[in-house]
Amino acid sequence: MTDATANAAPAAGRRTSKSIIETDANTRKRNAAEARFRYYGMAAIGVGLFFLCALTFSILRSGLPAFTETAVTVDFTLSQEQFDEAEGQVLKTAAYEGFFVRELQAELNEEGASDVEVSEAAVGRIMGKVGSQIREFYRANPDRLGEEVSFTLPASSRVDRYLNGNLSREQLTNSRFLEPDDLDIVDGLVESGVMVNAFDWGFITGTDSGVDNPGGAGLGASIMGSFFMMLVVLVLALPIGVAASIYLEEFAPQNKFTDLIEINISNLAAVPSIVFGILGLAVFIQFAHLPQSAPLVGGLVLTLMTLPTIIISTRASLKSVPPSIRAAALGVGASKMQSVFHHVLPLAMPGILTGTIIGLAQALGETAPLLLIGMVGYVARQHPDGLASGLLDPNSAMPAQIYTWAARSDPAFYEKAWGGIIILLVFLLFMNAIAIILRRRFERRW
Amino acid sequence: MALTIHVKQEFSMKSVTLTASALAIAVAAPAFAQSRENVQVAGSSTVLPYASIVAEAFGENTDFPTPVVESGGSSAGLARFCEGVGENSIDIANASRAIRDGEVETCAENGVEEIIEVRIGYDGIVFASQQSGPEFTAFEPSDWFSALAAEIPQDGEMVSNPNSTWADVNGDLPDVEISAFIPGTKHGTREVFEENVLLQGCEDTGAYDQMVEAGMSEDDAESACMAVRTDGASVDIDGDYTETLARIESNPDGIGVFGLAFYENNTDTLKVATMGGVEPSTETIASGEYPVSRPLFFYIKKAHIGVIPGLKEFASFFVSDEIAGPGGPLANYGLVPDPELADTQSKIENETTLGDEQS
Repeated sequence: MTDATANAAPAAGRRTSKSIIETDANTRKRNAAEARFRYYGMAAIGVGLFFLCALTFSILRSGLPAFTETAVTVDFTLSQEQFDEAEGQVLKTAAYEGFFVRELQAELNEEGASDVEVSEAAVGRIMGKVGSQIREFYRANPDRLGEEVSFTLPASSRVDRYLNGNLSREQLTNSRFLEPDDLDIVDGLVESGVMVNAFDWGFITGTDSGVDNPGGAGLGASIMGSFFMMLVVLVLALPIGVAASIYLEEFAPQNKFTDLIEINISNLAAVPSIVFGILGLAVFIQFAHLPQSAPLVGGLVLTLMTLPTIIISTRASLKSVPPSIRAAALGVGASKMQSVFHHVLPLAMPGILTGTIIGLAQALGETAPLLLIGMVGYVARQHPDGLASGLLDPNSAMPAQIYTWAARSDPAFYEKAWGGIIILLVFLLFMNAIAIILRRRFERRW
Repeated sequence: MALTIHVKQEFSMKSVTLTASALAIAVAAPAFAQSRENVQVAGSSTVLPYASIVAEAFGENTDFPTPVVESGGSSAGLARFCEGVGENSIDIANASRAIRDGEVETCAENGVEEIIEVRIGYDGIVFASQQSGPEFTAFEPSDWFSALAAEIPQDGEMVSNPNSTWADVNGDLPDVEISAFIPGTKHGTREVFEENVLLQGCEDTGAYDQMVEAGMSEDDAESACMAVRTDGASVDIDGDYTETLARIESNPDGIGVFGLAFYENNTDTLKVATMGGVEPSTETIASGEYPVSRPLFFYIKKAHIGVIPGLKEFASFFVSDEIAGPGGPLANYGLVPDPELADTQSKIENETTLGDEQS
């Protein structure tokens, strides 16, 4: 203020000799500053967009191969004797795999798909873990023994990476996983149409697999784990959060005690999530003896984490309802509670729901607290078969599963981790889109 | 059982408390009513891959449900193992080192008195750099000691490590900056690295003798041998091998410490170095020629056998010849099979505990 008056006085003295059409040095300076600021703004947005594009591109490039699977479709016959022999062994699946590999080898050599003799070991290296699929089929359909059945079975993860272009022939060194010469057989199989690279639904619906079987890994079980956790968060955090905010905003007296609660809630929102994980481990598992690795515990921990977010956003949307509405309701004889529940709350609802969904989306992507309550490892290995099993049986969650995959040594799991990120992002985008739609459609302005 | 007694005690009291406790039981019931059907395993992240392979195969090949295997590290796993007996505690702890006496004591204090130790095989520790980097093809433990030691004795005095390139350490090594990525102190691998490489190298170079001559006690000299420099030439990796791999990929001169199984899964990006003239492989590690390896274990809570369905079956399945033996899926993944697997199998069969072994 004082600066402005100080500058104005000499400027007024000089202005007499200048035209108002001609811009003077001072105006040019101010215009230039404004133009510069616009460029800074555009540059900032440009940098943001660039990083967004780079991130999207790299996620899609690394993650899309995870959604496809290289599979071999062949006719295969298993005799009753072979079935009995395999069932009598300790590692039954390996026995089935052996039968399959030998039959495929014989077939390949007969047809002459490759100039050189195909060895059993090479076929074994090309094929993934096929034993359990074959065993499951014949255990379910013992009447099909002895007749020809068409199987579509996965190739090994390295063949998959070769066909996706992530592994070149030059990079491949001789190892027991895959040898460069095996690629001739692979090329032959692809040419003859026996081996195809197709969309893999199992990646979206399946369960986690052992570290030597990246082809069989799926995110389905952990999606269910995340779902049950979000259910717990929604059922607990929404009523508790909304009740707390309504009381604090509409009923509570303004005193030191409520001020203290308010400050604490704001502080809780900024507490690192790992702290809630340790709290969950100590309170829910060690003290309350709830089961380890259960989505129920994960949901409780995430509830604690989401509550402050929901309370803050709910209070903000209650505050934004004009006091005139409350005054009018009270004026026509409504009780305090009627005015809140009949008038204020419905008007604040879109804001509350938006806050809740954003809180849920935040909880959905949270990994750190789950590390401490045992949701990382080989955990998501079966689909829950009901509400109780969904809440109490050990399971993982999407981000924890991605974290687990990224740490495994087979590079194919690294691709699976990127693919998992795509699925997680789709869920988050979907939830944020719902929040935006709710806000746009139901929000009122005064 | 405990719940019914509780109700009986409450019976004589006021009806209000009775309803309250009934309510508490009703709330608690779902958590207790469901008895655990699957085996729960936790512990070492080095054993985790093997345990997950076996767990998957166990679920596919038997009628028992697939066990749950959590990671978290050997010490964390054993700590949870020793929390007590009951459905809420884990049945098996994986460890990349043997259980310590202190841990056995903690276990006993909490009622876990009978522990069965199972050695599943050996894990090799290898030194690898990126494919396009300089030729690190041959190492001796002494090279690693001279390159990474915090202080080196010189003329009877300890001076801070003067070596800045590998060529300073050994003329045969490439003339590039020392930049090593070694496992952080929370890893079991670090202990093996310190004892089999750094301490060995310290003794080989004669530094250990010099330190003792200079008046250090044997313990002090040992810890001086294993102290790693902190000036940036050596970086502790607290994450897993994937993180080490990422560091190596972005640093052509970098050399990292990996598990054999991890290296074998990534031969297209990593180049391995020999140690003491021996190339690491399952054969050289099994025969003991390759010097840096360690046994891997898991520990079974005997009190849970017969309570948790499939626990003993899972343990016997794990160490069966078809799984843990040569040519089995574990060896295929990079585990070095234990030549004395038959002893381990009979140990599980007879449920021989740690206490039985000592007496």
